[in-house]
Amino acid sequence: MSPTYPALDIPDDGKLAHNIAHFARALRKAGLPVGPGRTLDAARAVAAAGFDRREDFYFTLQAIFVSRPEERATFAQVFRLFWRDPRYLDHMMSLLLPQVHGVQEDRAAQAAEKRAAEALLDGKLPPPPQDSPEGDQIEIDATATMSAEERLKTLDFEQMSASEIAEAKRMLARLSLPVQPLKTRRSAPSTLTSRIDARRTLRGAMRSAGEIATLAHKAPVTRWPNLVVLCDISGSMADYSRMVLHFVHAVANRRGQGWARVHAFTFGTRLTNITRHLRARDVDAALKAAGSEAQDWSGGTRIGQCLHAFNRDWSRRVLGQGAVVLLITDGLDRDDSTLLARETERLHLSCRRLIWLNPLLRWTGFAPRAEGIRAILPHVDSFRAGHSIASLEALGRAISEPSDHGERDRLLALIRS
Amino acid sequence: MTALPTSIDAVESLLSGQGYVASRALATVVFLSLKLGRPLFLEGEAGTGKTEIAKTLATALGRRLIRLQCYEGLDAASAVAEWNFAAQMIAIRAAEATDRDHLKAELFTEDYLIARPLLEAMRPQPGGAPVLLIDEIDRTDEPFEAFLLEALSDFQVTIPELGTIRAPEPPIVILTSNRTREVHDALKRRCLYHWVDYPSFDRELDILHSRAPEAQAQLSREIVAFVQKLRREDLFKRPGVAETIDWAKCLLALDVIALSPEVISDTLGAILKYQDDIQKLQGSEAKRLLDEVKRELVPA
Repeated sequence: MSPTYPALDIPDDGKLAHNIAHFARALRKAGLPVGPGRTLDAARAVAAAGFDRREDFYFTLQAIFVSRPEERATFAQVFRLFWRDPRYLDHMMSLLLPQVHGVQEDRAAQAAEKRAAEALLDGKLPPPPQDSPEGDQIEIDATATMSAEERLKTLDFEQMSASEIAEAKRMLARLSLPVQPLKTRRSAPSTLTSRIDARRTLRGAMRSAGEIATLAHKAPVTRWPNLVVLCDISGSMADYSRMVLHFVHAVANRRGQGWARVHAFTFGTRLTNITRHLRARDVDAALKAAGSEAQDWSGGTRIGQCLHAFNRDWSRRVLGQGAVVLLITDGLDRDDSTLLARETERLHLSCRRLIWLNPLLRWTGFAPRAEGIRAILPHVDSFRAGHSIASLEALGRAISEPSDHGERDRLLALIRS
Repeated sequence: MTALPTSIDAVESLLSGQGYVASRALATVVFLSLKLGRPLFLEGEAGTGKTEIAKTLATALGRRLIRLQCYEGLDAASAVAEWNFAAQMIAIRAAEATDRDHLKAELFTEDYLIARPLLEAMRPQPGGAPVLLIDEIDRTDEPFEAFLLEALSDFQVTIPELGTIRAPEPPIVILTSNRTREVHDALKRRCLYHWVDYPSFDRELDILHSRAPEAQAQLSREIVAFVQKLRREDLFKRPGVAETIDWAKCLLALDVIALSPEVISDTLGAILKYQDDIQKLQGSEAKRLLDEVKRELVPA
């Protein structure tokens, strides 16, 4: 790639430092993290480099102001605009504003429409889809024996009424996903082990003139692993993915429960990184932002393609240092299943543990007939249901147990037989 | 010891004198880093010459190269200094027989200290301040990054028993990262940042000329054009400049004069390091790319 260097018209009225400060402000407006320290550095660097070629000036400022590869394009844009005519930039910014307003108003109107529709329907939602006889049987049994909260726990997300969904969301927000910490190569003082900390022992001995009275001990420090969630949001999964994302939001925002970092991606026909949106404290705001970012809600599925995109663009950045991957999909993929098998294998090889949550597993008679499911199953560490609150609770217990395979082995035997 | 270059052009010629063909952008940040005494943070794909620039600078300036290879769980004991416990224990035994009063003053002195790369870089070196290469910083964890802040902003390290050791002359620091994770902004802010991109066709050809001069002009052009084409394909790991040079050397060892689909298939392992990528490129795909390359090179 050979960058084209923007034309420069540097004013020669001795106000260069002034202009650099202006330029820094313009960059900040454009979203680059530019503080006063960097502005000072820039003035110093320009003085040090001296420039008789315009690209030197460009590279000098770039070395100071840019600290991520994706910032380079923004920098180039602002640079070109600014050093041509500073007012042009203001003009461009003001041009951008009405568009942003327009989008927001549009979205607000849509949300309002939905609320209006709900008000008109007066909570009378269409009846839930009919399930297979065995499924119904189990649900009826459950209602007879359990308290309301208990019943809700085992109820399928798809069969919940609006009020039940609201209550389930409240329960999900309280749910956590406990995890075992990982041992690191570092050590810290401890009294519980037999490993001797020679450095501290000797320092202690110095206090008593070289007499080693007590031995100091150390133990390996533990740390929390990262969690990466890949959530299918295609049409067949829509009801589940909404609830699961509530759960992911709760896990991502619970402090002090483990998980160093939680990265979340959604996929249907394309892969979207929604990690940034999940940081919003309010779950509705977070999911709304995520929803507007991922434009393939309730569309088709191309699992293989999306996993390929994840493996190529993100796996090396988010799967380092022992990350656990939670793959949430029904595995119903119409694409080529060899691609899906290959990409799942690659995903499995790059993470510490790959756990597959599949809402279809709620059926007692579930058999891995679909090609997509047959392609994914051999490459996962654990295969579990994810259709109700109880199953998500069980997931927490499963993650703490490294030897847990869920239903994988039983279903693999079914495939092979 | 060579004096530091005084202009960007001087940096360019200094590096090219050692066979490193640097882009103008890279020469600019290297110059600024030397001039302002700031660490240089190089990020980019693997095999684009990030580590090589430190080696080249050290040779060109006649400085010592001190390398700190990062890994997960790297701690201060292996990065800065460690006490020689065996020697300390012997000293205690010896002191028990003679003089216990001096023990305290003696036991935690530099005599019993095993210097690791960071401390080594802070000490004066015969050829002038050394070049400190902190390689693949993205492999360590955040606590170590935080620890590096002190070392890189003030060029000093603190050893609790001994005190703070300041570098009399700040070392030339180069950090590299493959971006397997995002390095914290606090560390980046103390450095000059540069993203090392894949080179353009002409620059890669220059690099190949200087690194594998025995390759004939036509073969070099074909190699570079093919690798450049390859980088535009949908690959899991795109080949870097290091792979181009390796491949050229492989082809020379096989006495190849011109690229052919068979030769490419046989030597793909030198440029592609993943089975998926190799499978994709074997056979007709390699032939298609090669035909394109040959078509484009004819008018030139």
